[in-house]
Amino acid sequence: MDNKNKEVIDAIEAPIYLKYNFTAGLAPARFLSQLKQGVLTGQRCPKCDNVYVPPRGSCPACGVATEEEVVLGDKATVQSFTIVSIPIPGNPIQPPYIVANLVPDGANISFIHLMSECVNEEVRIGQRVTAIWKPKEEWDFAMDNIRYFKPLDEPDVPAELIGHLSVNGTEN
Amino acid sequence: MNIDICIVAFSQSACVAQAGAANEVELIMPQLEAVYSQVGISNAQDVDFVCSGSCDYLQGAAFAFVAGVDALGAVPPIQESHVEMDAAWALYEAVLKIRMGHAESALVYGFSKSSPGELPVVLSQQLDPYYLAPQWIDSISLAALQARLMLDKGIIKASDMAAVVAASRRCAMDNDKAQLAGQFSISDLLEEPEYVSPLRKADCSPISDGASAMIICTRSKAEEWQVPFVRLSGIDHRIETHNLGMRDLTTSHSTRLVAEALSIHNSSLDIAELYAPFSHQQIILEQALELQAETEINPSGGVLAGNLMMASGLSRVGEVFNRIVAGEAIRGLAHATSGPCLQHNLLAILESS
Repeated sequence: MDNKNKEVIDAIEAPIYLKYNFTAGLAPARFLSQLKQGVLTGQRCPKCDNVYVPPRGSCPACGVATEEEVVLGDKATVQSFTIVSIPIPGNPIQPPYIVANLVPDGANISFIHLMSECVNEEVRIGQRVTAIWKPKEEWDFAMDNIRYFKPLDEPDVPAELIGHLSVNGTEN
Repeated sequence: MNIDICIVAFSQSACVAQAGAANEVELIMPQLEAVYSQVGISNAQDVDFVCSGSCDYLQGAAFAFVAGVDALGAVPPIQESHVEMDAAWALYEAVLKIRMGHAESALVYGFSKSSPGELPVVLSQQLDPYYLAPQWIDSISLAALQARLMLDKGIIKASDMAAVVAASRRCAMDNDKAQLAGQFSISDLLEEPEYVSPLRKADCSPISDGASAMIICTRSKAEEWQVPFVRLSGIDHRIETHNLGMRDLTTSHSTRLVAEALSIHNSSLDIAELYAPFSHQQIILEQALELQAETEINPSGGVLAGNLMMASGLSRVGEVFNRIVAGEAIRGLAHATSGPCLQHNLLAILESS
């Protein structure tokens, strides 16, 4: 056979479409329902007392179910952050912008969210911030009900206390 | 090295058609707690190795198997592994780990949330990606091709398939974890219309959500825990080509090879739990295994009564374990399968200690 005239096949198209009725999970469903009402909640581990947000139904450290729901504050502390200077495909936010690990008051674990209305160069670990929610009529089962967090005029939290504030924040 | 492997705990959830909103962690945790309490330990920190079996395609949740680790209490870090297969193969990996002397005890679990997707269609994507998967040939259609071959060759009659279903439904009446159970005559079943010809719906295992878990260990660990244990005296598996056209679908060559390797043919077995997702496949397996007439097959009702994809194989082993612990059997066989038309088969022999 004459190999020179053979067409080289280096790809075939085989797209996959599968439909699912996805369910969030019992614990995440409770979290998302509260989020739709404008309330940030976590769940407490009955063994180590850590409060997880967003909760997934278990304490990953202890391997036990988290049942107790805890209402968290809108205020949070910056645990870590980065300044994003390159555009991310599909992300409508114009760089440079801040992505931060934030620990809401009353929780022990951080989640990731955006920061805005801030001077990027002045953002720091321990900085106090508060949630800026979308207008109520736009609330959905979604984390972006909170548009972003903006700095508060409160003293910084010492590193060793980050992740250990009560729901009343720095007030006690 | 000759290390006795023992099964010391097993738990399975009920097989349900729809587990509601529960996610993988919420499905797994109750079964883990059950096996921990059977042995008297508190979490995965108290075993040397953990291995799970699952498939993210079932529920359509990317990295669900990683999220499953949230159920374990993996702080400080643990030795953990996963197979994208039925958890019977996770058991196999755990057995190797113990035999190699790298662990004295292991937790094995499998979980299945098949209800969010269209399972037979999802399973089409496990086929060869160039020629078969793009045709979307679902698992029921492939099993139907196999049943058609057997019927046309005169190896089985439709009434033989219905007899398998009737026995499954009858046995499942004593199984509180079963999804489908009841008294049905062969003629009742044959009156039902064909679903994917020549299969009737009752010839196909139902789609089920749930999870199961098991703890295995060395004999000395079992004695230390002071719990009833069952010896896992043999475990082996063989796989056939993915090219269905190259296989004789009317028999299970791979099952026969494993049975020979484990000297199962005509050996004394009180019970056998076979993972036959379709009624005619149970007959193929019985023929390949050459079981003695005294061997009671699928006392639980088997997977026609409830099929936890990725956990049913482990549950077959667990069902045999439960019956030996209860004193209803001395020696039993468990079978697990994976892939279309019984492509991959695993056998395990369990013996009273």
